[in-house]
Amino acid sequence: MQIGRRQFFKLCTVGAASASAATLGFAPGVALASQSRQYKLLRARETRNNCTYCSVGCGVLLYSLGDGAKNAKGKIFHVEGDPDHPVSRGSLCPKGSGLVDFINSPDRLKYPEVREPGSNEWKRIGWDEAIERIARLMKDDRDANFIERNDKGQLVNRWASTGFLGSSAASNETGILDVKFARGLGMVHLENQARLCHGPSVAGLAPSFGRGAMTNNWVDIKNADVILVMGGNPAEAHPVGFKWAVEAKIHNNAHLMVVDPRFNRTAAVADFYSPIRAGADSAFLLGVAHYLLSNDRIQHEYVRAYTNAPLIVREDYGFDDGLFSGYDADKRAYDRASWTYELGEDGYALRDETLQHPRCVFNLLKKHVERYTPEMVSSICGTPIKDFLHVCEKLASTSVPDRTTSILYALGWTHHVGGSQIIRASAIVQLLLGNIGMPGGGINALRGHSNVQGFTDLGVLANMLPGYLTLPSESQQSLQAYLDERTPKTLVDKQINFWRNTPKFMVSFLKGMYGENATAENDFGYDWLPKWDRAYDVMAYVEQMHKGQVNGYVVQGFNLIAAAASSGKVREGLAKLKYLVVIDPLTTETSSFWQNHGEFNDVDPAQIQTTVFRLPSSCFAEEDGSIANSARWLQWHAAAQPPPFEAQHDGRILGSLMTRIRELYQQEGGTCPEPLLKLDWHYHDPKSPHSEELAKQINGYALADLYDDSGKPIAKKGELLSSFAHLRDDGSTSSLCWIYTGQWTPAGNMMARRDNTDTGFGNTPGWAFAWPANRRLLYNRASADPSGKPWDPKRAFLHWDGNAWAGADVPDYPVGSPPNSGVSPFIMLQDGVGHLFSMGALVDGPFPEHYEPEESPIPANPLHSGSGKSPVTRIFKDDLPSFGGREDFPYVATSYSITEMFRHWTKHSRLNAIVQPEQFVEISEKLAASKGIAAGDTVKVSSQRGYIRGKAVVTKRVMTLQVAGQEVEQVGIPVHWGFEGVTRKGFLANILSPRVGDANTQTPEYKAFLVNVEKA
Amino acid sequence: MSMQSQDIIKRSATSALTPPPHARDQQAEVAKLIDVSICIGCKACQVACSEWNDLRDEVGENFGVYDNPRDLSAETWTLMRFAEYENSESGKLEWLIRKDGCMHCADPGCLKACPSPGAIVQYANGIVDFQSEHCIGCGYCVAGCPFNVPRLSGKDNKAYKCTLCVDRVSVGQEPSCVKTCPTGAINFGSKADMQFLAGQRVAELNGRGFANAGLYDPQGVGGTHVMYVLHHADKPELYHNLPKDPRISTAIQGWKGWLKPIAAAAFFATIAGTLFHYVGVGAQTLDPEQEDEEEQA
Repeated sequence: MQIGRRQFFKLCTVGAASASAATLGFAPGVALASQSRQYKLLRARETRNNCTYCSVGCGVLLYSLGDGAKNAKGKIFHVEGDPDHPVSRGSLCPKGSGLVDFINSPDRLKYPEVREPGSNEWKRIGWDEAIERIARLMKDDRDANFIERNDKGQLVNRWASTGFLGSSAASNETGILDVKFARGLGMVHLENQARLCHGPSVAGLAPSFGRGAMTNNWVDIKNADVILVMGGNPAEAHPVGFKWAVEAKIHNNAHLMVVDPRFNRTAAVADFYSPIRAGADSAFLLGVAHYLLSNDRIQHEYVRAYTNAPLIVREDYGFDDGLFSGYDADKRAYDRASWTYELGEDGYALRDETLQHPRCVFNLLKKHVERYTPEMVSSICGTPIKDFLHVCEKLASTSVPDRTTSILYALGWTHHVGGSQIIRASAIVQLLLGNIGMPGGGINALRGHSNVQGFTDLGVLANMLPGYLTLPSESQQSLQAYLDERTPKTLVDKQINFWRNTPKFMVSFLKGMYGENATAENDFGYDWLPKWDRAYDVMAYVEQMHKGQVNGYVVQGFNLIAAAASSGKVREGLAKLKYLVVIDPLTTETSSFWQNHGEFNDVDPAQIQTTVFRLPSSCFAEEDGSIANSARWLQWHAAAQPPPFEAQHDGRILGSLMTRIRELYQQEGGTCPEPLLKLDWHYHDPKSPHSEELAKQINGYALADLYDDSGKPIAKKGELLSSFAHLRDDGSTSSLCWIYTGQWTPAGNMMARRDNTDTGFGNTPGWAFAWPANRRLLYNRASADPSGKPWDPKRAFLHWDGNAWAGADVPDYPVGSPPNSGVSPFIMLQDGVGHLFSMGALVDGPFPEHYEPEESPIPANPLHSGSGKSPVTRIFKDDLPSFGGREDFPYVATSYSITEMFRHWTKHSRLNAIVQPEQFVEISEKLAASKGIAAGDTVKVSSQRGYIRGKAVVTKRVMTLQVAGQEVEQVGIPVHWGFEGVTRKGFLANILSPRVGDANTQTPEYKAFLVNVEKA
Repeated sequence: MSMQSQDIIKRSATSALTPPPHARDQQAEVAKLIDVSICIGCKACQVACSEWNDLRDEVGENFGVYDNPRDLSAETWTLMRFAEYENSESGKLEWLIRKDGCMHCADPGCLKACPSPGAIVQYANGIVDFQSEHCIGCGYCVAGCPFNVPRLSGKDNKAYKCTLCVDRVSVGQEPSCVKTCPTGAINFGSKADMQFLAGQRVAELNGRGFANAGLYDPQGVGGTHVMYVLHHADKPELYHNLPKDPRISTAIQGWKGWLKPIAAAAFFATIAGTLFHYVGVGAQTLDPEQEDEEEQA
């Protein structure tokens, strides 16, 4: 077709006119019906669960495809918060908001696999083959290395050459199975992440108040007048729990203070921020105690009535130049005999109510802290004096009865060589202020993993048994000997001393372990339990592994190489194992430690002879069970989809393994099969114990008809128990974890309760179940004075109604014990009162003391003439060369989590990888300038133990400090990356951290060690 | 689900002569209130937004700051922007963290600029929504936005931004970011309620020493359905360059505003003139020779 110029113009004109008409809105309305996106949840199946990451325990709603019909296979496609949950109220943090990408991560394991010795690849195998091979390896090792009697001929029944790591993100039902599995086989190395996390919380809080747990609860934080966040960063690590700190600000006009090595996201919304040198927290808190005592800003009546201030200490107790009495330099240990009260003829502690006696705890404390002047604190901590005094003044403002401080802390206190004592120091401050047992008060240990509280409660720790009973040592050769040593004597008249019931708890535990095989005649099977000879904590076990003394390791949901200190040494240790069994939902650096990942993991697979099994397990969204949040709430959750592909529930994996090992022993005999075969393993399907069965076993049963003292029936034989008060030491009750008794009663599953009615102060006793006995605020009797009058009329939490204590919470006290009865509120302790002086409960002193970190940026501790370091820390000889000095490594490194990520876990979630894609470190502007480093440059951070590289975040939020007359720079090291995951590849940050830990718990020092920084 | 077509009060490239149905627009205006003073910058909103809207941006890199991804994109509809500010008056460091994203202006510059009919709409409750299937990828909305929010996708060349979770709001739920916010820094409700809440928050901040705390609800765009409580409302630019007085650019105001009726009049005048000329004068005729000459010229 020929188009002439004119026709072209005509066409153009018409086209332009049409376009103009359309642009001006005269277009015909065809196919333009607007619509918003379809609402995607209309008929999706909604399942209630709890977030699997941190210990806030937020409620989540899991939405899965299909409506539950048999022919539809559930598949989770969306997760959001549960608005009914009393703590989270519908919120989720960035980790929780991204859960769907963890559940559906491309890194989920699909099939059992094996990596043969020297091989460079995974090989898919079937479950039968995997179970058969692992059972054989375990039996052969146990047969060869099980120790029935030690050199002294004592019966010890232990197997130390294979260890077991449990996962504090698994349910309690998996946890108790871990205990039965590992202890049943005789294992002494049974640990979980609590060792690397909040070990010092138990060691610091239990000797102070009686229980090693968060004293109050998440929602209660809203009742505080002052909030001190120190050694923690809840806005990042526990964002949804932090909601209640913000609530306190907005609705209670609270003053929120942050003391931290860096200006973090909690500081971003705080009223006050002060910097502190990492590793100097004890000095700061002892300085606060000094301020309170020297300015007489304490709650006198509380201190006199509810602490051990009036009790008199033995004459031979002393402290001089950093050393307490009883030090043995050769053993690097104390004889703690002198760290106790002077007893009267009646066997009770002597006391001076006037607080005048020079050796009463009050005066000893005063003397002990007098060195911690504001000037000294400032010199050690690098905190400006006026900042320190601001914190002191605000805390002191709550020494009056009608104001409270809530202290929030987490790993910033526990991850230090003196971690337990930092927490002790905070306990002293709060007791002096009268803030324990008060709504809006307390020391709130914000635990880490979603069920690290549960795994601690269940004793998934080398030296522990469930319910804070201890694993017997080889010197405790009979049940009686064990009970004699472990059952504490009452030190003050009339006190409850609840641990006097230890025999009931222990015998009920043994009945739970060995069932009908446990009889009074055989000490209820006490002999079958393994007896320890030395430390089997994670660090010690890595040492043994590195020495070639360990053959096998079962690692369940625990990324050991990433989480333990000195990743390089862990890797070398793993390479010396004969077999490693990793049970995990995800691919982890631990399972692929033998793979070469260039600079990130520079190994030669051909040289590594370890057989590695990788068994896919379910995740939280695929199981029924309970987890215990930081506030000790046992919350029951339900599966929303089956485990993917061939993945199996942890219970099925352990059940299949145990069943096969027992079959092998029955078929072919072997070394000391008795403890294993006497173990009670009666389940509907022994290869796959169900969560409900296990939860009920944990709770415990009446094994005979039970009657109370007056002859009234309590429970019929075979019934579930409703209270630990019903436990007996004659074998007529069973309970695998006495503190959990009451979680599943004849009335049903208490953990699944969902009544969120507020009974006052934000307390919701109808939601789930809290141990002990559903108490939500520990030591709550201390909220009222001895005569029963609330210290603060606005905080009348409990009251005496003439016959019993009543109020917003279950009394943490004998309910019928009237006011002025002389029974003190700290019922778990031998003397009934809070401990300013902890006696011999901790190995490094009855009072806290500031010692320099093992790697210190200053040449001497300004307080002491000697090394100024803790005289009792444990350092393995082989590790001595791995410590660096301030000449080569001048900067203080501190490692931590940031809010977008959860440890080494969320790097498998795409949603979280998007918001923090790549490894970085944080340094001050001054340090950056001196090294020519600009924001975004790649830097190399090295310690004596290795190096990492990451992007530099140069920030005003990290400040140069003046410490002991010199400038100290700090380097912030978030830990979240590795060579597996969907983020950019990175280094394991723990390549840098040293192998030295808290003297009481061996929780490693992750937060104060020395490094150098260079532009890479 | 075409019910929303009943609730639309504005559509892009549509004149008042052919308005959308608007008999049922007696709805409360909704608003999201972001209280920067209690925002911890955790990015829960960012993750929840992507999760709900089925977006997955690229796994990028660290640029030496906490802002990740580095910028808004077709797959990142909201973004935390971090600014370190040394307050010379108090001598204190402040870490100002602002959730960036669509402000859902009462007078949306994007909608005004959009040439594709119905590609951008505003519902009676105030939500401004992109109808991607009508988007022609011209990018005028990007230029038209005074807050620099919409982004074109490299995958499909269509523009995207926050929908204020219109799919949730239309069934009675709050937006995903609002629900998830751990500290309660993001609230949602009627615009009147949010303004009232903002007043309470401002009073509280005044009490804590922030004398210039205030509500950010800029009138240059007719007010917004996403508002901020700022501790330094006198200096919004501190918050990663939040504009102090945002307005739709004059070009777009002119082109799509007052120029539009003039253009329409001119358009009709041209058509009418042409018609009158044709009727009155008739078509111009040329003899074939002349035409040939012209063709060869």
